[in-house]
Amino acid sequence: MKRWPLSFLIGGVLTDIFIAAAIISLFWTPYDVTALDIPGKFQAPNMSHWFGTDHFGRDLLSMVMIGTRNAVMVSLVAVGVGMVFGVPLGLWAAAAKSGGGKLIDEMLMRGNDLIFAFPSLLMAILITAVFGPGAINAIIAIGIFNIPVFARVARGAALPLWKREYILSACVCGKSAARISMEHIMPNIANLLIVQATIQFSVAIIAEASLSYVGLGTQPPDPSLGRMLSEAQTMIFFAPWLAYIPGGVIVTMVLGLNLMGDGLRDVLDPKLNRKRTSEVEDGAA
Amino acid sequence: MGRFLLKRFLSLVITLLVATVIIFIMIEIVPGDPAAYMMGLSGSTEATEALRAELGLNMEPWQRYFSWVSGMITGDFGISYTYRIPVSELIIERTLVSVPLTVYALILSTLIAVPVGVISASLRGRFADTALMGIAQVGVAVPNFWFAILLVLLFSTSLGLFSAGGFPGWDAEFFECLKALTLPAISLALPQAAILSRVMRSSVLEVMNEDYIRTARAKGLSKRQALLRHGLRNAMIPVLTILGLQFSFLLAGGIIIESIFSLPGLGRLVFQSIAQRDLIVVQSIVTLLVFAVVMITFIVDLLYAWVDPRLREGG
Amino acid sequence: MIKFWLTTTLFWIGCLSATAQQNTIKVGLQLEPPNLDPTSGAAAAIDEVVYGNIFEGLVRINENGDVEPGLALFWNISTDGRSYVFHLPEGVKFHDGTDFTAEDVRFSFNRARAAGSSNAKKYIFAPITNIDILDPLTIMITLDQARPDFLFNIGLGDAVIVAEESVSSNASRPVGTGPFKFDRWVRGDRIELSRNVDYWGPAPRLSRAIFKIITDPLSAYTALMAGDIDTFPNYPAPENLFLFDQDPAYEVFVGLTAGETILATNNKNAPLNNLNVRKAIAHAINRDELINGAMFGNAAPIGTHFAPNHPDYVDLTGLYPYDLAKAREYLRAAGLPNGFEVSLKLPPPTYARRTGELIANQLGRIGIKAVIENLEWAQWIDQVLRNRNYDLTVVSHVEPMDINIYANPDYYFGYDNAEFQQIISDIDKSTDAAVTSELYKKAQRKIADDTVNGYLYQLGKYGVWKRGVRGMWANYPIRSNDLRDVYFEGSE
Repeated sequence: MKRWPLSFLIGGVLTDIFIAAAIISLFWTPYDVTALDIPGKFQAPNMSHWFGTDHFGRDLLSMVMIGTRNAVMVSLVAVGVGMVFGVPLGLWAAAAKSGGGKLIDEMLMRGNDLIFAFPSLLMAILITAVFGPGAINAIIAIGIFNIPVFARVARGAALPLWKREYILSACVCGKSAARISMEHIMPNIANLLIVQATIQFSVAIIAEASLSYVGLGTQPPDPSLGRMLSEAQTMIFFAPWLAYIPGGVIVTMVLGLNLMGDGLRDVLDPKLNRKRTSEVEDGAA
Repeated sequence: MGRFLLKRFLSLVITLLVATVIIFIMIEIVPGDPAAYMMGLSGSTEATEALRAELGLNMEPWQRYFSWVSGMITGDFGISYTYRIPVSELIIERTLVSVPLTVYALILSTLIAVPVGVISASLRGRFADTALMGIAQVGVAVPNFWFAILLVLLFSTSLGLFSAGGFPGWDAEFFECLKALTLPAISLALPQAAILSRVMRSSVLEVMNEDYIRTARAKGLSKRQALLRHGLRNAMIPVLTILGLQFSFLLAGGIIIESIFSLPGLGRLVFQSIAQRDLIVVQSIVTLLVFAVVMITFIVDLLYAWVDPRLREGG
Repeated sequence: MIKFWLTTTLFWIGCLSATAQQNTIKVGLQLEPPNLDPTSGAAAAIDEVVYGNIFEGLVRINENGDVEPGLALFWNISTDGRSYVFHLPEGVKFHDGTDFTAEDVRFSFNRARAAGSSNAKKYIFAPITNIDILDPLTIMITLDQARPDFLFNIGLGDAVIVAEESVSSNASRPVGTGPFKFDRWVRGDRIELSRNVDYWGPAPRLSRAIFKIITDPLSAYTALMAGDIDTFPNYPAPENLFLFDQDPAYEVFVGLTAGETILATNNKNAPLNNLNVRKAIAHAINRDELINGAMFGNAAPIGTHFAPNHPDYVDLTGLYPYDLAKAREYLRAAGLPNGFEVSLKLPPPTYARRTGELIANQLGRIGIKAVIENLEWAQWIDQVLRNRNYDLTVVSHVEPMDINIYANPDYYFGYDNAEFQQIISDIDKSTDAAVTSELYKKAQRKIADDTVNGYLYQLGKYGVWKRGVRGMWANYPIRSNDLRDVYFEGSE
């Protein structure tokens, strides 16, 4: 067993804290976030309200907990959507290319490029203009843009495998391309996909925050970190904690995921660490 | 090379055509009507209908699609429903803000990222490297709109150094324009700089292992000299690729930043146009942005093919 | 060296005197007008720039909502109240140099009432039967019957006088007769006007006016604080208004708009079509909490659909006091003791979003589950206003004197009441001021009794300006920032 790198440990601890807060919020929050207390609004952080209260007198800690949960849920499902559609597409493209079906591969990858070429935040806004705002539509909007990422990673990792002997022998045995992809390729690229998923997860959290910031994500009365930030904007001059805390939560959560992703990459695939293509994909996302 | 070029060009054209169809369909199914928007709460159905006719909204969808695409080829993007001036005029006005802003942000992020990446790589494993990369990790995690709010709080109100928003227009003093773009450019640049410095670092590390650097060092150059004279240029190639992608990302991604700083840029125009259902503007801008990305990818592909002939076969 | 010192000193003195004689005002606007033609479409943002500044009507509405002479110096009304003779001033020119005459009045009115006109308030011109030019400076307008609100209506931005020569380009290059001329429009950033030196009336004191478009409420704050703008006549963030109030460099004036903020209710949808249900909702609404929570104390409660500063206003806020026990009683009477679920569709303005969130919470206290759906304006107009596909919504009705919308059974409230329609048609016919006043009071009581909608508060106009700016409108009887009387104290 390899030693886990420090970045992974720090990232893991941070991520666990947020996941724990999200899970706890399912059963318990310090206060009921639907309980208003207008006279008790704008309380600075204190003993009874650790994170203070907002403009409706709601407890910020409770809101942040539920907001974190909503962000995690939306991002998790969105990345899931990206994987469920993207990975099979990538595997298919790789199989097709290896089997001589260059046209299919070309079409799939051009389609991928096309999605990639669309400005994601703008398209998300358009999608919610069509279907209305809400968590589900935020998931769709973020998920669509995760498809090409996973397709590209899966294809890139699967292509060299198709030249390996054990795959070729499976071909000779008469296994279908789909079966080979599932039985032999998938287990070999799973590590890579997990690393990518961690990174996409953090990207999705920022995307969800941006969408909620412009009012398109999770709808009230459900708290959302991005919307809390946009509401806090005009109050920042006299109630700065309303902007510092949710913003800080987003940053730490994303930071934790990124550190964990980096660490995972070091552990699961040391070769990859040195390859610059992975960084290039990072940057593009 | 000729066949490769032709193939790539063909797929470029097809991609763009498909993109226009997708955009047009999306725009078509967006509910809501610009005429009704303009009439607000008090408009009668009759007046709204009159306005629809005035705006040319009563044409068949396919007629509008063809007049739009054929117009675009000749540079005629139609007339904005709300502003009632040619869309091309609007886009040019806004591009003159957004493109300089993006370039400014990219210059800033390069100026930060290249030294950070190089220093970090040359001090690999030492405390400075860990610290710089730690900061970069935080930088990647900061949502740019939140960073923008913090900047406004710090610079415009507490320190009073920069104007809080707005853009004087290029016919005003150049320095004033630069000042107006500075905070927004910083907000956009920081997260990008963080990504870029990570790329720069790993790219430098890789180059340092290349044979020609070893040769140079064998000739007696110091590590730093070898890197500066021979390595840096090569290490910049992946950075330039990312810069290309970031350019298009920032051009479209400035929506929130442009609103926070009241900049009349493309992002804010398209955001406002979606809200007002000035869809003729939306579809043209989205197409242009897609076009920009596709073109940049195309050029990058060509460059790679030029550098590495094997890729021409592989596609 | 001495020469250098002298010139620099002179330069600084020059700068100082320039600031002392400031006569350019920079006005912050939250919404950019889509175009600058007030006679087409209904965007309030158009009037906020052009009304009274670039364009003028025959009469003008002032900051108290009273009718003043405009392009008509005076007028005579026939005893039957049907015909108006307007007397126009001599030597008035449009900004492009063409003469203003009775022809232009006739052109403007005929254009607005023509078939296919895109004027949002075509109804203003519907009663006109004849327009006769008696001489180039005298025009007679005849109506189908006496219409006491006709004068006020032709004072609105939709009825300003435009010239045939320039009408087609008014959307992007407006040409009117007002005290300010259009200079240029940097779209997305600002609109610049300058003094009309040939203005026919008293010359405005400002030499230039710049309307800066600042959509973001955070920017609105920083722009004012940084001195980038001199005034925000309708400041978008009531929550931090108190910071300006505390700062001696600024003045804050909370005035009134014509905007009745209501919990609009779809009276055609079950169970909201049940009077008991609507009464339950009315008793569940806590106006104090709304005004303190959503508007930070800066709004006046209303109990009916009428501006509280109007002389005919009846205070009906006590009719359904906040009383959860009573609310539950009404729900039981309606056969819905456990409440029910409704949609609450909210348009984008902050007041609506905040108020909506509070209302959903308040209704939850009596078991009514209001599911919030935040919409863009375009979606709201499509779903709520045009297709009546909603249960509840929060919106401000900013048109002045618009209680007559309740008489339209097709309006999105879905309120179809013969008695109320009779009251409004009596108001239309009445020529006796005392009778009209009584009828208005009756109309207010009727819709409050029927609790057609939840009546929440009158939207405030939050004017913020630098100390020393004088003559800004305190109220918004109509959406206008008429700058003709604005000046900087201590400069002339």
